[in-house]
Amino acid sequence: MIAVRNLDVIFGSGADRVHAVRDVSFTVAEGATFGLVGESGSGKSTVLRALSGLNPDWSGEISVAGEAQTPRRDKAFFKLSQMVFQDPYGSLHPRHTVDRVLMEPLSIHGFSDADRRIEQVLREVGLGPQFRFRYPHQLSGGQRQRVAIGRALILEPRVLLLDEPTSALDVSVQAEVLNLLQRLKKERGLTYILVSHNLSVIAHMCDHLAVMNHGAVVEELEVSQLKRHAPTHPYTRQLMTASLGYDRAAIDSFQDFGISE
Amino acid sequence: MNVADTKGRPLLAVEDLRVDFPTRKGLVQAVRGISFSLGREKLGIVGESGSGKSMTGRSILRLVGAPGQVSARRLEFDGIDIMSASEAQMRDIRGERISMVMQDPKFSLNPVMRVGEQIAEAYRTHQKVPREEARRRALDMLRAVRIRDPERVYRAYPHEVSGGMGQRIMIAMMLIPDPDLLIADEPTSALDVTVQLQVLAILDDLVTQRGMGLIFISHDLSLVASFCDRVIIMYAGRIMEICDAKNLDAAQHPYTRGLLNCLPQIDGDGSDLPVLQRDDAWLEHGL
Amino acid sequence: MTSEAQNLQAMGWRAWLLSSSPTSRNQARLGRAYIGWLAFQSNPLAMVGFGIVLGLVVVAAFAPLIAPYDPNAQVLTDRLQYFSMQHWFGTDELGRDIFSRIVHGARLTLYIVILVAIIAAPIGLAVGTTAGYLGGWVDVVLMRITDIFLAFPKLVLALALVSALGPGIENAIIAIAITSWPPYARIARAETITIRNSDFIAAVRLQGAGRMRIIWSHIVPLCTSSLIVRVTLDMAGIILIAAGLGFLGLGAQPPLPEWGAMISSGRKVLLDQWWVATVPGVAIFVVSLGFNLLGDGLRDVLDPKSGEQG
Repeated sequence: MIAVRNLDVIFGSGADRVHAVRDVSFTVAEGATFGLVGESGSGKSTVLRALSGLNPDWSGEISVAGEAQTPRRDKAFFKLSQMVFQDPYGSLHPRHTVDRVLMEPLSIHGFSDADRRIEQVLREVGLGPQFRFRYPHQLSGGQRQRVAIGRALILEPRVLLLDEPTSALDVSVQAEVLNLLQRLKKERGLTYILVSHNLSVIAHMCDHLAVMNHGAVVEELEVSQLKRHAPTHPYTRQLMTASLGYDRAAIDSFQDFGISE
Repeated sequence: MNVADTKGRPLLAVEDLRVDFPTRKGLVQAVRGISFSLGREKLGIVGESGSGKSMTGRSILRLVGAPGQVSARRLEFDGIDIMSASEAQMRDIRGERISMVMQDPKFSLNPVMRVGEQIAEAYRTHQKVPREEARRRALDMLRAVRIRDPERVYRAYPHEVSGGMGQRIMIAMMLIPDPDLLIADEPTSALDVTVQLQVLAILDDLVTQRGMGLIFISHDLSLVASFCDRVIIMYAGRIMEICDAKNLDAAQHPYTRGLLNCLPQIDGDGSDLPVLQRDDAWLEHGL
Repeated sequence: MTSEAQNLQAMGWRAWLLSSSPTSRNQARLGRAYIGWLAFQSNPLAMVGFGIVLGLVVVAAFAPLIAPYDPNAQVLTDRLQYFSMQHWFGTDELGRDIFSRIVHGARLTLYIVILVAIIAAPIGLAVGTTAGYLGGWVDVVLMRITDIFLAFPKLVLALALVSALGPGIENAIIAIAITSWPPYARIARAETITIRNSDFIAAVRLQGAGRMRIIWSHIVPLCTSSLIVRVTLDMAGIILIAAGLGFLGLGAQPPLPEWGAMISSGRKVLLDQWWVATVPGVAIFVVSLGFNLLGDGLRDVLDPKSGEQG
């Protein structure tokens, strides 16, 4: 469904030149969930933004649903692939009601049965019709994230790009949103790419994952390998130890994994 | 500077603490009558957003801003009644006896002052020492929070340091007056997991070496369980349960169980996560 | 209808407006406006400002009914009279009733203020949001033009324009409008740049929205509130510039009862008949103050940074 080959992203030039993504390649099968895990500055979100069409400054090959993509995307692409952002407080327009938020993609793409679609998608993301005319400030973080997921789904895309969709939420709300994403995937046969810093979330959601550090993929592995606590790369092992909780003795062995050319 | 002798007396005793916010829509009770005590230990306060955990931390330092109102039957730090202390007494307590580390170091550091000077300044507000002495102490402190090149960091401005480094600097600044109690409000949630643990290790070592009390406020139950000695679980301004961190897995309260269960596990089976069912009765029966 | 039933009905409206789950677009919109009004209402100074501006509008609307005399009727036998029952604010050097002239002058003031606002604010908004969102050379060109306008003192530029176009109230309005838009463009651009990189703009880009759509339906609504506040606060300055042009004889021409021009003609007799110049001066002062208070109050309600929760 998605193939990325030799993706490089470079921001700026001269002294400010930042090589944010270095030669990243992976493929995602239709209906699978692929995880990108890494710490801040690892380039995981940058990969996602290049895929989504938000960031045109990349080189390499990206193909989605068998079609090679250029940095500039056309309208049809956005019906194929949508994105959910990390911060539910920043991803909804503060002056638009839920209704307006959901209406916008429909009117851009010229759908006629807007009312029916809005009601249906609200039901699907677990919000009743009473939420339709509320403003974002009248919603909790979890409800906002449901609206954001509804907005991504209303064009009926086949690919959903998820950028840390639950890291700003409380754990109990995180569980609800993860369950919702799992259910929607099953119902609609969606393909997910999930970016997260949280190995447990990745292990829970994904089939395959790539571990990124300093812009490069250090290891690609099956989730079953992760569950058996058997990653091979020392960076992945360190990340794994760290996500198991505080262990005074283990911390002294932490290393700083620099850029390996 | 350490407290002479506190045998048999807790460092901090809190009874029936309440924080209320009058709003146009009525009184909002952020903290609804909680009681706990703290010795020279690592005490975790865990809760979701809106549980009142941060307000609890702030009210110990009397830092709840208007229109919030704090009341308590007893709020005693090392024999000092915080509720009736004068503002001058509180200024002496803040920073010197009780320090607080906040979530985002960028908002707590002065952007136009070198970080080393800020640490030295923090020392000199409480100790009448010459500049050179304060500088030496600041460099020692930077070394104590395991900054490799303290001289360089001393001269840096806040925007020149990374998040993890900034948080270490904040901890150095808060610990230089050698307080008896450190309140850390989500001190590491903005950091990467490995850096987070390294910062916690520094805190851990300092608490052990200096015999401080630590209140660690966090939303991350599993982290708190592995880091602290005791854990307070808060929900909607009330304490649901206080238990030893080691025995958290055996916690009885349905809220604690719910929080533990809804966490995804690395070795879980990927099936639906149990969703936390809230019970209004919990609001009535807090500890 | 009993008072209880009235009360209930009033409560019903309130509850409908404050409902947390509105059932239609209009209910959501009205509810939002009502919450804004409640916040505005709780600020007494803002209400004073609102009262003054409302008063100005009412006086302007019903000027012929309120004014006891024709503002241009000269009664040379009654020149320069002090306050009296016949002439509340006295008469000027041509025996015209000052109260009637002030009342009719309110129309001119309102006319100037409204026209300047509806010319300058949209120009500033369009220039600022376009420059801010598109960036690059569009930004450079538009903002340098703005800078050129900003480099002149407002009154001097207005004077130059009026002397080129010829004196008269319409030309004064055009001159003031042309000198007022650059600060609005600046504000709109600064707001746009902070909004441009937010996730909700990224989200509509990912839905395939074009640039014009993003600017008009997503960025402009967020810039308007701070612009409305700024325009309201600038109203006082606009009135003063209009009065200044009138005073210099470049704005409204005699015998139009423009307040600035009235001060100008009263200046000659200021030492002996102080009220002739002072009364229109007080009118300018009160109305300017009203707009400033209103602007401050609106800022508390409309400023997107001051919290969304009502």
